[in-house]
Amino acid sequence: MDQTDYVGAGDAARAAQELLSRRALRRLTERAIEALLFLSALSSVGITVGIVGILLYESFTFFEHVSIVEFLTDTQWTVLFANPHYGIMPLVTGTAVTSAVALLVAIPLGTIIAIYLSEYANRRLREIIKPLLELLSAVPTVVFGYFALLFVTPLLQKVLPNLSGFNMLSAGIVIGIMIVPYVSSLSEDAMKAVPVHIREGSYAMGATRLQTALRVIVPSAFSGIGFSRAVGETMVVAIAAGQQPNLTLNPTEPAATITAYIVQVSLGDLPHGSIAYQSIFAAGLTLMFMTLAFNIAGYLLRKRYREIY
Amino acid sequence: MKTAEKSIARRKMFDALFAIIGFLALLVGLITLLALLVDLALEGAGRISWQFFTSYPSRFASQAGILSAWVGTTLVMLVTAATAVPLGVAAGVYLEEYASRNWLTALIEINIANLAGVPSIVYGLMALGLFVYQFRLGQSILTAGLTLALLILPIVIVATRESIRAVPGSIREAAYALGATKWQTVKDHVLPYSTGGILTGVIIALSRAIGETAPLITIGALTFIAFLPGAPVKSEFPFVSFEWLMSPFTVMPIQMFNWVSRPQREFHFNAAAAGLVLMAMTLAMNGLAIYIRYRFRKRIKW
Repeated sequence: MDQTDYVGAGDAARAAQELLSRRALRRLTERAIEALLFLSALSSVGITVGIVGILLYESFTFFEHVSIVEFLTDTQWTVLFANPHYGIMPLVTGTAVTSAVALLVAIPLGTIIAIYLSEYANRRLREIIKPLLELLSAVPTVVFGYFALLFVTPLLQKVLPNLSGFNMLSAGIVIGIMIVPYVSSLSEDAMKAVPVHIREGSYAMGATRLQTALRVIVPSAFSGIGFSRAVGETMVVAIAAGQQPNLTLNPTEPAATITAYIVQVSLGDLPHGSIAYQSIFAAGLTLMFMTLAFNIAGYLLRKRYREIY
Repeated sequence: MKTAEKSIARRKMFDALFAIIGFLALLVGLITLLALLVDLALEGAGRISWQFFTSYPSRFASQAGILSAWVGTTLVMLVTAATAVPLGVAAGVYLEEYASRNWLTALIEINIANLAGVPSIVYGLMALGLFVYQFRLGQSILTAGLTLALLILPIVIVATRESIRAVPGSIREAAYALGATKWQTVKDHVLPYSTGGILTGVIIALSRAIGETAPLITIGALTFIAFLPGAPVKSEFPFVSFEWLMSPFTVMPIQMFNWVSRPQREFHFNAAAAGLVLMAMTLAMNGLAIYIRYRFRKRIKW
């Protein structure tokens, strides 16, 4: 056999083998990268598991010391006092009242703005106004808290002289304005989703722009994200609504919300594992349930009134 | 006929009336924003000085400053970006380019949508239980950065997915036709084209994280810090130090919160000045994001 021929065949074999191994290597890296990317995506589920797990775990130890009946029915929340009461109701009403005020501001305002921007305003105005409006939700909440306490409250006190320095009204109004962009952008999306032929049909029947818009936009204004922001808002209420638990439905009074309580406890130096430490997790769990309830209510409202094209 | 005309006239009047109401509603939003900025500027501008940026907090309002706060904010943002960007972009790439339609993908997608609705303070509670006490990371810059990273992860993922989706399929097919593997296609073609959108999303997400206060208070950030974390660069080998990661910290919004909650009027001026700096940071980041979006949109034409 010829020497050179032999070498040539060996080279070819070696080259082929090299190609094969390079392909195998390439496939391996591809697999590894895909696995890595998958794990990253899965980590988001890990966050949820972490949140639910920690809330349930710490609340569980809390409820070993405090009965659920007391938690739900007692009318006082005085965890940090010498004679502690563990009734979540005052915090829940505080949260509900500020959220209700916020939604009373945000839903009409957001809906009207969305209708105006999508149906009435011309393109140039819209292009300038929309980013400006979205800045409202970019402002740090602590700045809004400052604004509520030191600007809105004094302003309201000129109309309502008896209004106390800390009150749920001004906190609620400011939160409402803060979440307007969420409500209006969702409503606008709903307007855009309406097929042109339905809109034209409505006009052809003699309906005005307003009549057309009202049927479409109003249901979509019950935005889930807006609800969660209102219920879970912390800094505005912690600064402007006071931090004293107060069982009342009167928005002109000061009251602590669930979130304000968590902040108040966290600011102090609480020993890990104490009952006050665990109480903020029980409060957090209650907050999650309230958010969930608001979201489901919003979803049902949207579903009840939404058209399917 | 008369009644019909009347009814039409009335409806048209409502229509015109609404145009005015709509404009007024818009003004409410814009005037609030303006009032907020003007109020901050009027109250706080007098305190903005070199001394304000280079002093630690103090019992005396006129000597107090935001040195430890802005250094803390910068370091926390560094950790947040270093965690959220790789994780979020990788998750976005997976969901958009790799994921097959099955229950697991659906679960991940629903989960991300729901995470966006979780109140930020709940992230703080989770971090307190998990990072501070289970993982024993303490009430440190590392814990704070990780907490905010998890908070903004959904925003980064959504932004990544949206900008990847905007890359036309023909680009991918061209890469495959030349024998590129999936990852090569993503790395060399899809990601470079979507950089603008991802960057915009990341900056907006960070501008949200910079103003977050509640979760950091919850993990136990201190409100009075009169020292700086260890420097990240050293003069002797190995030149870098990660000591600062475990250091206690404060951030801009917490410093502002501390000053707002004091009864003395002088501290409120400090709070306004801190708010002014915070707003400047937020607005600058939002402006940068809008500019980048504009630049990239102009440069790429399919």
